[in-house]
Amino acid sequence: MSGTYLGLPSFPKAAHDSTRDTQLRANLTHATHTIRTKRATAINELTDWPQLRAAGAAIKDHTLHHLDHYLLQLEAAVTAAGGTVHWALDANEANTIATQIIKNTGETEVVKIKSMTTQETGLNHALETAGIHAYETDLAELIVQLANDKPSHILVPAIHKNRTEIRDIFTTHMTHWGRPAPDNLTDNPTDLAEAARLHLREKFLNTKIGISGANFMIAETGTMVILESEGNGRMCLTLPDTLITIAGIEKIIPTYQDLEVFLQTLPRSSTAERMNPYTSLWTGTTPHDGPHTFHLILLDNGRTDTLADTTGQQALRCIRCSACLNVCPVYERAGGHAYGSPYPGPIGAILTPQLRGTTTPLDTSLPYASTLCGACYDVCPVAINIPQVLVHLRERITQGGPTTTHGTRTTIQPAKGHRLERTTMRATRWTLNHPTALQHAHNLATHTRHLHPQHLPGPAHHWTDTRNLPPLPPHTFRHWWQHHHQTPPTTNTGKGTDTRSETATDTGTDTGTAGTDTGTGTGTGTNTQTDGGPQQ
Amino acid sequence: MTTNTSRDEILRRIRQALGTPTPTTPPDPTTIPRNYLTTHAHRTPQQTTNLLADNLTDYRATVHRTTETHLPHTIANLLTHHGTQRAITPPGLPPHWLTHITTPLTTTTTDTHPDPHTLDTIDTVITHSALAIAETGTIILDASPDQGHRAITLIPDHHICIITPDHIVESLPQALPRLNPTRPQTWISGPSATSDIELTRIEGVHGPRTLDVIIVTAEPSTAPAETVSDEPSA
Repeated sequence: MSGTYLGLPSFPKAAHDSTRDTQLRANLTHATHTIRTKRATAINELTDWPQLRAAGAAIKDHTLHHLDHYLLQLEAAVTAAGGTVHWALDANEANTIATQIIKNTGETEVVKIKSMTTQETGLNHALETAGIHAYETDLAELIVQLANDKPSHILVPAIHKNRTEIRDIFTTHMTHWGRPAPDNLTDNPTDLAEAARLHLREKFLNTKIGISGANFMIAETGTMVILESEGNGRMCLTLPDTLITIAGIEKIIPTYQDLEVFLQTLPRSSTAERMNPYTSLWTGTTPHDGPHTFHLILLDNGRTDTLADTTGQQALRCIRCSACLNVCPVYERAGGHAYGSPYPGPIGAILTPQLRGTTTPLDTSLPYASTLCGACYDVCPVAINIPQVLVHLRERITQGGPTTTHGTRTTIQPAKGHRLERTTMRATRWTLNHPTALQHAHNLATHTRHLHPQHLPGPAHHWTDTRNLPPLPPHTFRHWWQHHHQTPPTTNTGKGTDTRSETATDTGTDTGTAGTDTGTGTGTGTNTQTDGGPQQ
Repeated sequence: MTTNTSRDEILRRIRQALGTPTPTTPPDPTTIPRNYLTTHAHRTPQQTTNLLADNLTDYRATVHRTTETHLPHTIANLLTHHGTQRAITPPGLPPHWLTHITTPLTTTTTDTHPDPHTLDTIDTVITHSALAIAETGTIILDASPDQGHRAITLIPDHHICIITPDHIVESLPQALPRLNPTRPQTWISGPSATSDIELTRIEGVHGPRTLDVIIVTAEPSTAPAETVSDEPSA
């Protein structure tokens, strides 16, 4: 994927630093709590939200299951409307195609709409290498670009910056990129927006090439759809002579009618508005209105590999609303940069390792960047079961197994660094399947309880660094059972009442130490429960 | 070319992933459940118009209501009130709407792309609209002759947009069948806004920062006083 994201530390290491940044946490907490409250209000206005959500998920699934058909239909429609369609297998190819189109025009500057896809391909860096300068025109992207930073949120890329930080960035850096910031610029948001307006307007009026992503591509008509707030998108889509749109192949929807679902769910889920201020639709080129040349670059870059995973493919439904980020307790504390990809938060934790593969420590750590609380699933307007995919990816990382990489079916080995986890799990499985061994293990554990260290040695110390090791009870459940039920259960007939009451009382008193027994109890239960009438 | 190879390879990968090595029969989208609502309440036309006005106002557009007879006055007064020095109109705007205007007026033509630098010197654009959606407070422009090129409603800082009664629908599902998807469309819900700085909503950065919406209502038996003011009517 993007060169700019390569080599970033794994999530735990990145989060270790970011969670100690109190300014970052304050900025994030304020922003995410504000937007999540607003969103809930906006959703409650629509009594048919569950139906809209189900329809959105169904449209996306239907499209994915016939993706070849709809892509060909889209290609034909765009071509018929005067556009040119290109296909790119990976980020490099998409960047190369875009670079070549721009070079053919002789231009060296482009204006860009905020686009997750071009973040994913690292387009700006590729263009810079080719001597082409790309100006980000979304206010937040401008802030991030001027600061030589990276976006940290899908919708609000500069969510980690507060107004004072933004003022300082404008004052220091605008002058190197074009019109300088006004003298004595305050940190009032209105003044900051005005400074950005003046700075960017000269770019809009003079630049001949615009680059965008697409929120939706309508197969039946070849229409591109972009939702935005500021109007910079309209500027980039309307004023240049040439427009290049780079979009993932999953952004397709079959019909114009399908927009009635997503235009209700996307704005409310993302900015908590009934509608975003501007939505633009264009189909190929229109004589005397807008760009006279239109190129659409359809990007795979791991999407077909994701499609091949029947559990993981639901990540491709994502409409990039960012609702899952705003409710995620992990994102709120760690911030977007810790995810090491343009796609942060819960959706990033399942999308990134699927698009890039689980070959780096960062990508193998992402499925663990979650508490599995399920809040992300609840808010998702296309019902992506993110916790389910997280668990699925954890299994892939620890167990290895069949997967698809670059279009080839393959079997991957367990990821590095998960050997201990895998070995422990295998040993546990073997022990649970051998009752005698389990009994010996229990006895050994309880009899050595006074020798147990507070902190575990080796890699397991990560666990006890932040948690107390649960104390083991003095006796195992088997021991307790044998002690309290000397007579065989078959002779208990007629004494059921007594046994039950005794069990109930004892269970109550034992609850305090029963915590660890519940885990080991599974094995014990299978042995004794068959004739253990009093249990229920 | 590389691109063709990539096209074939992407299609191959998709078909392998789906387990359909050869192109399948056309898909059947009727299996998609569409039991969501086509409107979220039962409203009279008057209630729909009021809701539209409320929602437009909520997004900080300024709403004015007037009748067809008073429309030329309303437009002229808004230009005066805004201090407009130069205004622009699309070629298909009904001429009688502009009879009271004293501001220097430029009218675009349909067969030339307007020069952005020229547009940047213009204060106000006046257009009709293709449709308005009450539930979301959305105005839709589709570049018809009475709305003009997309650029004219983008660069001037002030947009006066006129909504006529036959162009108001309640909801998104009611809107789409009335629009032609292949026309370039701009959907506007309030003026340009950003929330990128600490999620504080600010008008700007790039499109028109002032949006005056004139809702034309049916002629009453006794014409009401004109309601041009800074105060939203809703």
